[in-house]
Amino acid sequence: MGRFLASRLTGAGIVLLLKSFVIFALIGLMPGDPIDLMMNANPETTPEQMALLRAMYGLDLPITSRYWTWLTAAMHGDFGYSRIQHRPVLDIIIPALGNTLILTGAAFVISTILAVTLGTIAALKRGSWIDRIINLFAFAGISVPSFWLGLLMIYLFAVRLGWLPAGGMPRPEQGMGGMLAHLVMPVMTLVIVETGGLARYARAAMIEVLGQDYIRTARAKGLTDRRMLVRHALRNALIPVLTLVALQLGGLFSGAALTEAMFAWRGMGRLILEAILGNDYNLALVCLLFVTGTILIANIFADIAYTWLDPRISLGKRRR
Amino acid sequence: MKLGPAHDRVEVIAGLDISLSAGRTLGVVGESGCGKSMTALAIMGLAPKPHAIGGELRFAGQDLRAMPDDARRQLRGAEMAMIFQEPMTALNPVVPVGVQIGEMLIVHEGASDADAARAAVALLERVGIADPARRARASPHELSGGMRQRVMIAMAIACKPRLLIADEPTTALDVSVQAQILDLLLELQRDTGMAMIFISHNLGVVSAVADDIMVMYAGRAVETGPAQLVLTAPAHPYTAGLIATLPDIGHRQKILPVIEGSPVNPRNRPPGCAFAPRCKLVIPDCRAAVPPMVALGPSQRAACIRVAA
Repeated sequence: MGRFLASRLTGAGIVLLLKSFVIFALIGLMPGDPIDLMMNANPETTPEQMALLRAMYGLDLPITSRYWTWLTAAMHGDFGYSRIQHRPVLDIIIPALGNTLILTGAAFVISTILAVTLGTIAALKRGSWIDRIINLFAFAGISVPSFWLGLLMIYLFAVRLGWLPAGGMPRPEQGMGGMLAHLVMPVMTLVIVETGGLARYARAAMIEVLGQDYIRTARAKGLTDRRMLVRHALRNALIPVLTLVALQLGGLFSGAALTEAMFAWRGMGRLILEAILGNDYNLALVCLLFVTGTILIANIFADIAYTWLDPRISLGKRRR
Repeated sequence: MKLGPAHDRVEVIAGLDISLSAGRTLGVVGESGCGKSMTALAIMGLAPKPHAIGGELRFAGQDLRAMPDDARRQLRGAEMAMIFQEPMTALNPVVPVGVQIGEMLIVHEGASDADAARAAVALLERVGIADPARRARASPHELSGGMRQRVMIAMAIACKPRLLIADEPTTALDVSVQAQILDLLLELQRDTGMAMIFISHNLGVVSAVADDIMVMYAGRAVETGPAQLVLTAPAHPYTAGLIATLPDIGHRQKILPVIEGSPVNPRNRPPGCAFAPRCKLVIPDCRAAVPPMVALGPSQRAACIRVAA
């Protein structure tokens, strides 16, 4: 276990390092730099002043030495400033991350429980009308674009019925109720979009397990349906489902750009979008690296969770 | 017994007449697909749905066909238990074997988790597993094939059933382990007085355990009788053919005899005797009607018109 963690974390570190350079280089290749943008804001800037500014910010140096400067600072915990907001990037990322986790975390928990439940019911009642209805909803959820669904909900619940705020962040004085009211529509959008695929996957995994010999054994033992399902079927069916769930776990931190934009939710997805569009490249770089890191860690976590569920899998050692 | 939805039923088993008393073992023999396992599943109430079972099915005086599903479930495991051919896949790979054994007592006897765990260790010891306390915590993949089958047996006898159905319990095991498992089953039967239905395609294995033998072909019994009689004086040409295929230690044979041809598909069973297409003694009358079981002496019966004649 210790060796497994050490080797996987080292691997993750190397991936992060490589990715930081690739992102840095890609952003450097984008047409226009911050000085060009300054000139747009103030057309009277002379070419000499621009050259002076470039030298001042180090933008005239080759990209490798600029990267090296960034990396040295980052290694010392200094991730730099946002060009647009004139604040340290961490001060911007941390609140956005909190907002995102509230939104995506709630949607993740609800959609995972819902998907496993629906998938299990569909598998048990395979071919029945319940199965068909669950399938229909699953495909509808997979097919519907989140921006369209979001718009529809805003129109219905905010504009026509006036039950819920159309978007934005709750103010602190609105308390828990305000938070929930603002969360309902974006969470529902994410749940509807995410549940379908996972439910289909859970259904397939469950059907596979229900056909196994050990389920026949469980029936021959005279176990109650409930015990057979919970103790024998579900635990086996969850092993493949976990892969998908763990991959989504990494995605929690990157936020849901479309849904956050739609409901003016100040989360990571929206922050990344704005940072790239606004040429705020230090902010974009740190955000993207952070997202990569969380996905890598989620994958390591998935591998560890495997061993909890399936004793046949052991980490770091050869299979017996 | 017929399988499949009402509009497309296929008769898979017909005209079986089995009776088995406590402490006795019935060996059921036949080629793959002859209905041995389906018969076992029908008795257990585990036959694939949809299906229809005609006739009578009684267990300890109770009519199993009229019994509600939940009563049938309570009977399974407690009164009638079953062990399967492949202990690797028949055990749940992610549940420790001790838990899989112990839950029999939790479900059928309302035991507490702690009592069930203790009972599981005792049962593992009873089926001859060394270091049972440690093995109870093991997962199936950590045990050998023979040990896994011992676990299956421990599970099956946990509630002291009156009937144990063993469906090819030794087929997936090494020959030396096969003998140990057979000895264990016989020993348990002596101790508990349970009745046993022992299913195998291997006449040699059946002859080692069975008191009575039923030979099946294409979903019907073709010969029944005391094991000794059926093996030494087979009446049906199919039984004789099966016995001829047994390798005989002491006689070096280059080529083992085989029964030519392959079993019939239950969907297109010939009108007469199902074995007629493969039978060396076939006469035109064989293809006219399904031959009835006829008594040959006090206990042996066979379904062949050549024998009756």
